[in-house]
Amino acid sequence: MSSTVESATEIRPFHAEIAQEEVDDLRLRLAATRWPDKETVGDASQGVPLAKLKELVAYWATDYDWRKGEARLNALPQFMTEIDGLDIHFIHARSSHEDALPLIVTHGWPGSVFELLKIVEPLTEPSDGQEAFHLVIPSLPGYGFSGRPEEPGWNPDRIGRAWDTLMKRLGYDEYVAQGGDWGAVVTEAMGRQAPAGLRAIHVNLPASVPPDVEAALNGTGPVPEMTEEERAAFDGLAASRKTGFFGYFIALTSRPQDIGYGVTDSPAGLAAFFFWHPGFAAWSFGADPNDPKPKDEVLDDISLYWLTNTAASSGRLYWEHGGVFPTSAAGLKVAEITVPVGVTVFGEDGFRPPESWTRRAYPTLNYVHATEKGGHFAAWEQPELFADEIRATFKEVRT
Amino acid sequence: MSATAAATEIREFQVEIPQKKIDDLRRRIAATRWPSKELVDDRSQGVQLAALKALADYWASEYDFGRIEERLNALPQFTTEIDGVEIHFIHVRSQHEDALPLIMTHGWPGSVIELLDSIGPLTDPTAYGGSADDAFDLVLPSLPGYGFSGEPAEVGWYTGRVAEAWAELMGRLGYTRYVAQGGDQGAAVTDDLAHQGPEGLIGVHLNLLRSALGTTEGLPAGSEQERAALEEIKTFRTSGFGYFLEQSTRPQTIGYSLLDSPVGLAGWMLDHDTDSYYKIAGAFVDGKPTGGLTRDHVLDNITFYWLTATGASAARSYWEGGRAAAQAAGKAPPPVTVPVGFTTFPGEIFRAPRSWAEQVYPTLTYFHEADRGGHFAAWEEPELFSEELRAAFGSLRNGRTS
Repeated sequence: MSSTVESATEIRPFHAEIAQEEVDDLRLRLAATRWPDKETVGDASQGVPLAKLKELVAYWATDYDWRKGEARLNALPQFMTEIDGLDIHFIHARSSHEDALPLIVTHGWPGSVFELLKIVEPLTEPSDGQEAFHLVIPSLPGYGFSGRPEEPGWNPDRIGRAWDTLMKRLGYDEYVAQGGDWGAVVTEAMGRQAPAGLRAIHVNLPASVPPDVEAALNGTGPVPEMTEEERAAFDGLAASRKTGFFGYFIALTSRPQDIGYGVTDSPAGLAAFFFWHPGFAAWSFGADPNDPKPKDEVLDDISLYWLTNTAASSGRLYWEHGGVFPTSAAGLKVAEITVPVGVTVFGEDGFRPPESWTRRAYPTLNYVHATEKGGHFAAWEQPELFADEIRATFKEVRT
Repeated sequence: MSATAAATEIREFQVEIPQKKIDDLRRRIAATRWPSKELVDDRSQGVQLAALKALADYWASEYDFGRIEERLNALPQFTTEIDGVEIHFIHVRSQHEDALPLIMTHGWPGSVIELLDSIGPLTDPTAYGGSADDAFDLVLPSLPGYGFSGEPAEVGWYTGRVAEAWAELMGRLGYTRYVAQGGDQGAAVTDDLAHQGPEGLIGVHLNLLRSALGTTEGLPAGSEQERAALEEIKTFRTSGFGYFLEQSTRPQTIGYSLLDSPVGLAGWMLDHDTDSYYKIAGAFVDGKPTGGLTRDHVLDNITFYWLTATGASAARSYWEGGRAAAQAAGKAPPPVTVPVGFTTFPGEIFRAPRSWAEQVYPTLTYFHEADRGGHFAAWEEPELFSEELRAAFGSLRNGRTS
């Protein structure tokens, strides 16, 4: 038998299997939802409209099948390993191509590994002649099947260091990293840490907002000189801050536990809270057959938070980060990144910084591209396009 | 009787809570699904798990669910329709003939429950060490969307519209000279009422300087006290502002949790301000209540929100406030011409100095810093609170009799 130390760093196969009584309890709670009265407006300006949420919850309680979502996860090789005292869950999909480039991709909030499942195939087994990747997709601490931290300190910097440990433990001495949303913040932390073997990073939620623009947005500085394109982006950001676009960010940053009680006890409350996020702002609740985020897939994501009881623990990452906006260049100290950086701005994302800001922010920028399609959950919505961006940004690393 | 007359009619009201609603609440509390414990030893991540678990334990096992009916039905309650919304109010006339009519408005996460213990000292002062000259005829309405008042089904019920409704209510009750009082949302309503200056309003008293929460621009910042108040507001804006921003922008979103989870509702309501949080948590965890903030009183209020299913509609009053503020931006309201009294309670979000109250209200005639009490002053220290009102409105009574 191995020693304690060895067994802790051991990599154990993992299979998701939520107890049936948990699945049943979720259904019972959904069916017993006690609803508020209808909002007093005809749009979503007071939050998720009652009729939409009722429709979704009715479907969630009856026709939705968690086991299918679980099977999507279990179709991929999953593992668990302890890093820095915490169990980390991850998907590890190796390419059949021996010279594939190891890549660690990190999800965000309110996403999960589910948002990244569709890029596994195109990245690990691409069409003939295209570059392949060995893919590692971990669950953030406090998210999904990863352990829930029991002490403060699991901030993006610490997660970044854990990811390097993970890649080395998997035998990947040279690798690249990618992320959007919180995944971008973690990936940028890795870029600053620049551990041996990290060749380059790519993000799709760039910390591009320059310090003077950030100050103007916060009302602590004058509005700087800007080009027309920059001014449009600035106006968009200013307007969104005024309408409570980021209210969930402030609420989770200041008192994550307060939101935590309601969303841990009420699945309808949890769903409503998630739909505050800009990534879901334009979502049609499954009404649009062309929507790249079908109802079942969104419910897989929300059900994962519910069934692993991580609605509160995931929100604590905001508290750990102390209120620094993930879009702020100074806040994320991205000027300290020493490895090559690639940035893709997806055309349907709520945050679309002008290229000029991105160039100012990242001294080691070696790839920047704006796409037409794809939103905040680009890997989920446009997996092929997303994979193309990944191949393009990391092309030079291979040579 | 015409339809109009029927609408403006004042009808007696009694609380009746169906047993099945109480059973359902009990069942939900018992079935609470808890999050993991916060990672810190204080309330910096929000309401602490141990405090909320202690509350839920007491709520499910020891709390008497008949209390709300009993306490409210012991008082004369009425409803009347004003501006299309049913308004619930408690109306206690003093036995003393020259009592001064007073309309007092609760706040969030309070309700008429927070004002119940001040009814005795205000309407029956001789039983509480005061004199007959200190008596008030008391009107305690529930804000629209709160308690047993109706929920507005349309936008526009900001505090200014509520203030207009209050003036109508006092007129309907036959009061031609009256005063008004409020803290929290009640301070906003009372401040609006003071600016509107309806006929019959002869003075107001406030225990929250509403305008300073919006902006401290132009307020004196030279003295130690002034700098301390600025610092307290800054702390509130950086770490205590989450609920405020949530309710101002997405009341429906949090509303789903507040309606579906009793513990979610309790947790949300407990985290108002640091002072009251620790006082309430102390009542449940250490069994040491501060003044009137006892376990039963706190649960009366939370249970009241649950049983009236008003978590979302109450939160919406902040959204209305945000909308009204945006629409009023740059437009100064008419000046306050009636006398203003102000009491600073030491545990309040910020301790407003006299200089600020004087600047905001040039007609300030009374200012005092109380020794005890916090955000829920009437609830926590009903007698001390009542003494403040007697002192603040004393000169107005003299004016009347001379």
